[in-house]
Amino acid sequence: MEKIFQIGLTHYLVVAAILFAAGMFVVATRRNAVAILMGVELILNAASLNFAAFSHFVHGHITGQIVSIFIIVLAAAEAAIALAIVLAIFRHYRTIDAEETSLLKD
Amino acid sequence: MGPLSNVESLKFYAPEMVLSAGILLILIVDLIGDRMYKRKGGVSNRKVHGTLALVTLVVAGAVLWWVNHSTPESEVPRGVAIFGGLLARDAFGDFFKYFFLGVTFVVGLMSMRSRDAIDHTDGDRDAGEYFALTLTTTLGLFMMATATDMLTAFLGLELVSIMGYVLAGFKRRDRKSSEAALKYVIYGGVASGAMLFGLSLLYGLAGTTSLAGIKASAAVAASPTTLITAVTLVLAGFGYKIASVPFHMWCPDVYEGAPTPVTAFLSVGPKAAGFAMLIRFFGGALPETLLAKGALLDSSPWPLILGASAAITMTVGNLSALGQQNIKRMFAYSSIAHAGYLLLGLVALSGGGSGSRSILFYLVTYLFMNLGAFLVVIALAESGLGENVDDYKGLGTRNPFIAVVLCIFLFSLTGLPPFAGFAGKFLVFSALLEHPTSMNVFLAILGVVNSAISLYYYARLAKVMFFDKAAEGAGPIKVYGVHAATLTVLAVPTIFLGVYWAPLLDAADQAIRAGAPAVIGAARAVAGL
Repeated sequence: MEKIFQIGLTHYLVVAAILFAAGMFVVATRRNAVAILMGVELILNAASLNFAAFSHFVHGHITGQIVSIFIIVLAAAEAAIALAIVLAIFRHYRTIDAEETSLLKD
Repeated sequence: MGPLSNVESLKFYAPEMVLSAGILLILIVDLIGDRMYKRKGGVSNRKVHGTLALVTLVVAGAVLWWVNHSTPESEVPRGVAIFGGLLARDAFGDFFKYFFLGVTFVVGLMSMRSRDAIDHTDGDRDAGEYFALTLTTTLGLFMMATATDMLTAFLGLELVSIMGYVLAGFKRRDRKSSEAALKYVIYGGVASGAMLFGLSLLYGLAGTTSLAGIKASAAVAASPTTLITAVTLVLAGFGYKIASVPFHMWCPDVYEGAPTPVTAFLSVGPKAAGFAMLIRFFGGALPETLLAKGALLDSSPWPLILGASAAITMTVGNLSALGQQNIKRMFAYSSIAHAGYLLLGLVALSGGGSGSRSILFYLVTYLFMNLGAFLVVIALAESGLGENVDDYKGLGTRNPFIAVVLCIFLFSLTGLPPFAGFAGKFLVFSALLEHPTSMNVFLAILGVVNSAISLYYYARLAKVMFFDKAAEGAGPIKVYGVHAATLTVLAVPTIFLGVYWAPLLDAADQAIRAGAPAVIGAARAVAGL
C-alpha cells in the first residue's frame, strides 16, 4: 500500500498515458479547431513527460530531458503556425468549426 | 571508425550549410529588395528569388559532389557517423540528397511561372517567402534522409511538416488553400505526436536515442509487447508522411487545395524522405529477429503488418481514384496507390533481399513521371484551363505536344512498358518474389491487378484528350517555353529508364551497399559505451 504513494517511474508513465489518451479523445471528438490543437499539445506533452521520466528514473543521463526540451520548442513552433492557419480559416469562413469548413471532399 | 566530432563533421555538412546560406540570402534580399532592384524596374521579384533558389540548389549539389570526391576513402570512409552519431554521411544519404535537390530544382522551375504558387498582383511580393520556405523544406528532407538518431529524425520530419503546412496554405486569398492547410496541420500534429509517444517508449526501453543503439539493446529484444506498441505508434508518423492507408485522409484534400507546384513537391519530396527514414528505421533500429521472414502467420508481425498496409494502400488508392473528376485529386489518390507499391518494396526488404534497391529505383522514376504530370496541370492552368477531366477535352488537337507528353507520364504511372514506371514496378515485384512465400506471391499478384485497375483512370484522361471533341470555339493552347522545356527534360528519362535502366540500378545498388556500414559502425560505437 505504501508503495503506491512513493512517486516513481510508473506514476509518471501512467500520467503520460492518460494525457496521451485524453489528447487523442479531444482530437477525435472536438469540432473546434483550437480545441483540436489543444489535444495535439496534450499528446506532445505526454511524449515529453515520458522522455523526462525515463531519463530520470531509468537511465540516469540527460539525453531524454534534452529531447523533451526540443519537443517543447517544436510544440511552440507548431502552435504558432497552426494558430496562424486557424486565423486564415476564420477570415474566410467566419467560423473555426472543423466540420463546417469543408469545401474539399469527395 | 567511430563517429566524427562536431568540428570534423562540418565539412560533410557543407551542402546543408549552402542551403541555409541560400535561405538567409533570399530572406535578406526580400527585405531590402525594394532598394536594390525594384526601382530600376524590369526585374520581377519572382525571377530574382527563383534564380537565387535555383543557384543555391546547383551550388549545394556541386558542393556535395566536391566533398565526396575530395575526401579519400582511406581518410574518412563512406558510411561514417557525423556529429557524434546524430547524422550519417553515407552513399544512401547522398543518393537521397541528389534526389531532393533534383525535386526542388524542378519545383522551383515550375513555380517561377505559376500564378497558382506566387500571386502576380502586387509585384509578386510573396516570391521571396515562397522560395525560402521551399528551400527550408529541402533542408528538412536532407535531415530526414541522413538521420540515424530519433532526435534528428524527428526534427527533420517536423521541419518538413511545418514548412508543408505553410506552403499548403500559401494562397492566402483562397478558401480551399486555407482549408487544406488546416487539415494538413491537424492530421500532421496528431500523427507526429503519436510517433513521438512511440519514440519515447523506445527510448525508455533502450536508454538511447540512437537507432543503432535501439537495435543493439538487449532490453528491446526482451520486451516484444512494448516494442510492438511503440513501433506501431511510430508507423503512424511514417504512414502520415508517405500517405499510406489508414493515415491518408489528409492527402486528397491537401493535394487539391494546395497550390499545384506545392502539391507536386509534397507528392514526391516528403514521400521519398519518409521511405528513406523507414528503410533506416527498419534496417537500423529493429532487431533482425523481428524482421524474420516466414509463413503468413509468422511469430514476427512486421512483414505481415507492412504487407497488409501495402495491400490496403494500393487498393484504396486506386479504387478511390476511379471516380474522380478533379485531376489534382485523382493524382492524389494515385500517389497513395504508389505509396502502396513502394511499401511492397519494404516488405521485400525484410528478407534482406533487393527491396530497398527497388524502392530507390522506383522513387527516381516516380520523380520524373509524377512531377511531369503535375507540371502539365500547371502549364495548362497558366493558359486558363481548369483542373477537371472534362476541361482536357480535345487537348490532342489544341496542343498535341502537351497531350502526347502527358500520355507518356500517364502510361508510365500505370506501369506499361516501355516506360520507366514499368521498370520500377518490375523491380519491386521481382524483389518481392525473391522469397516466394504465399504472402509475397499474393501481394505481387495484387500489385499487378492494381496496376490494371489504375489503367482505367489514367487511360480515361488520355481518351478524353484524344477522342473527345473540344468545346465550341476552343482554339490552340500555348504554354510557356520554360514549362515545355522542363516537360521535355522530364519526359526523356521517363522513356529512357524504361528501356535502359542498368545505370540507375547500379547507382541504387551502390547507395545500399555503401549505406550499411553507417548502421553497423554506430552500433559498435554504442555497444562499446
